[in-house]
Amino acid sequence: MAFEPVIGLEVHAQLKTRTKIFCGCSTKFGAPPNTHVCPVCLGMPGVLPVLNQKVVEYAIRMALATNCRIAGESRFARKNYFYPDLPKGYQISQYEMPIAEHGHIHITLSDGAVRKIGITRIHMEEDAGKSSHDPSRAVSFVDYNRTGVPLLEIVSEPEMHSPEEAGAYLRRLRSLLRYLDISDGNMEEGSFRCDANISIREKGAAELGTRTELKNLNSFRFVEKALAYEIKRQIEMVKDGEKVVQETLLWDVNQNRSVSMRGKEEAHDYRYFPDPDLLPLVIEEEMVARIGKSLPELPDQKKERFVTHYGLPEYDADILTAGRDLAAYFECCARQVKNPKTASNWIMGELTALLNACGKTIDESPVSAEDLAKLIALMEDGVISGKIAKAVFSDMAETGKAPDEIVAEKGLVQVSDASAVEPVIDRIIAAHTAEVEKYRGGNTKLLGFFVGQVMKETGGKANPRLVNELLSKKLG
Amino acid sequence: MKITADEVLHVAELARLKIDETDLERFAVQLGSILEYVASLERVDTSGVAPTAHAVLTRNAFRPDEEHRSIDRDRALENAPDSENGFFVVPKIIE
Repeated sequence: MAFEPVIGLEVHAQLKTRTKIFCGCSTKFGAPPNTHVCPVCLGMPGVLPVLNQKVVEYAIRMALATNCRIAGESRFARKNYFYPDLPKGYQISQYEMPIAEHGHIHITLSDGAVRKIGITRIHMEEDAGKSSHDPSRAVSFVDYNRTGVPLLEIVSEPEMHSPEEAGAYLRRLRSLLRYLDISDGNMEEGSFRCDANISIREKGAAELGTRTELKNLNSFRFVEKALAYEIKRQIEMVKDGEKVVQETLLWDVNQNRSVSMRGKEEAHDYRYFPDPDLLPLVIEEEMVARIGKSLPELPDQKKERFVTHYGLPEYDADILTAGRDLAAYFECCARQVKNPKTASNWIMGELTALLNACGKTIDESPVSAEDLAKLIALMEDGVISGKIAKAVFSDMAETGKAPDEIVAEKGLVQVSDASAVEPVIDRIIAAHTAEVEKYRGGNTKLLGFFVGQVMKETGGKANPRLVNELLSKKLG
Repeated sequence: MKITADEVLHVAELARLKIDETDLERFAVQLGSILEYVASLERVDTSGVAPTAHAVLTRNAFRPDEEHRSIDRDRALENAPDSENGFFVVPKIIE
């Protein structure tokens, strides 16, 4: 029997507003505990929450970027439960009337296939506080600085069928949030969190199987690992004739397995009702149009432009537009060179390898886009060879110097003068009579050997095209 | 409206209220009659009336994304039964 996993994802993205969603306390991360709090976010009696307009604007930005339908009227609801990180005894969220519904995004898989994934809904809500524990004592410590930090909850349709698709979906959502400049999208730091609903069914079946919910997936690597584990676990259960139990599971990073969260399971009965403290939210079309106009170019549009304008393959365009900074780096570089594809190759190859090796992001790159463009231009103008260019690039990364400076200092200028290369070629031919004979006897593959010898002799500086040309002439 | 003892227990549990077994029946009857009273609203013909959660007609109260001064931490912790190093201290949360 062949099984098909069905995955739906719930993402919580912290919004990059200066202040909280219902009060003017700072959202800045890392402040001493309970210093960004006020009567509103502490849930004191008699206070009134007032909605931060930026939160609504940011929600509309994301709704537009994910092709959602924006509700003309939406409202806030109370989700009631008791937990120490929730001072009011309820979380202000949206329930029946979320700000946006029925959207979709496109994801690209590693084989180049493009899939459309539905977005069920997007709504605004407040974050809870943060608790910490002392294992040696019977108490927990609560910090309410995070209480009331605005979140967007983005819920997908259960339309993903592999961990890879789930990973691609999350990366695309994060990329959109960052393009829109509304969230840091940092999973490790908790500004981008993910819960997954997973079930399996017989391939082709219309009905969904019993699902489990995986929580605590706080890195892209864990998400894919945890999903793969859970899919396998469910398939094995069904094969053994067991039934999958609907439950909430916690991904255990240390043991690489999912663990049941018993206890927290007790009847989720949130008794949602419209929050009487907050007025209904009416969104005029004029507001949506204004925000729509302010949207930056998004990854899909940028990708298409990179293909048509710079003549890049889809694959390159997809990778280069994954992040706004990376795309900007490429464009800066591409504008200053003859062949944009060369810039793409260098960015996806040498530059990415360099950044990975030193653990830096593109905007911290030790080699600037201007300098990389200069290096490529030197190569395109025949001043240095491709091989030398790689050595110069390493030097640039290490010293921060400009490429022309390094080339001048180290005397790396390519030799394209035939009268300088010819004597070397003559010497090599004279020194390898046996190979010359074989070559003339028809083993033309040996040309590479001769080229190699000449390059070695000239310290890689001879113009390879010239060397090839002269060798073929003299050997032939 | 009939409310069972189990329903009373469930609601009490959600509200973190400790209820004496001997009170269950009494509360069930009381809750039942309250709901009965509210249910009289169901006799009103509301066809053609949109569900409403607010009696006022005002819409959209926004505040700009501008910071105000938070309160002093000592004030924030003042009413807490227990605090330590700037944290609220609560009975251990079982994860």
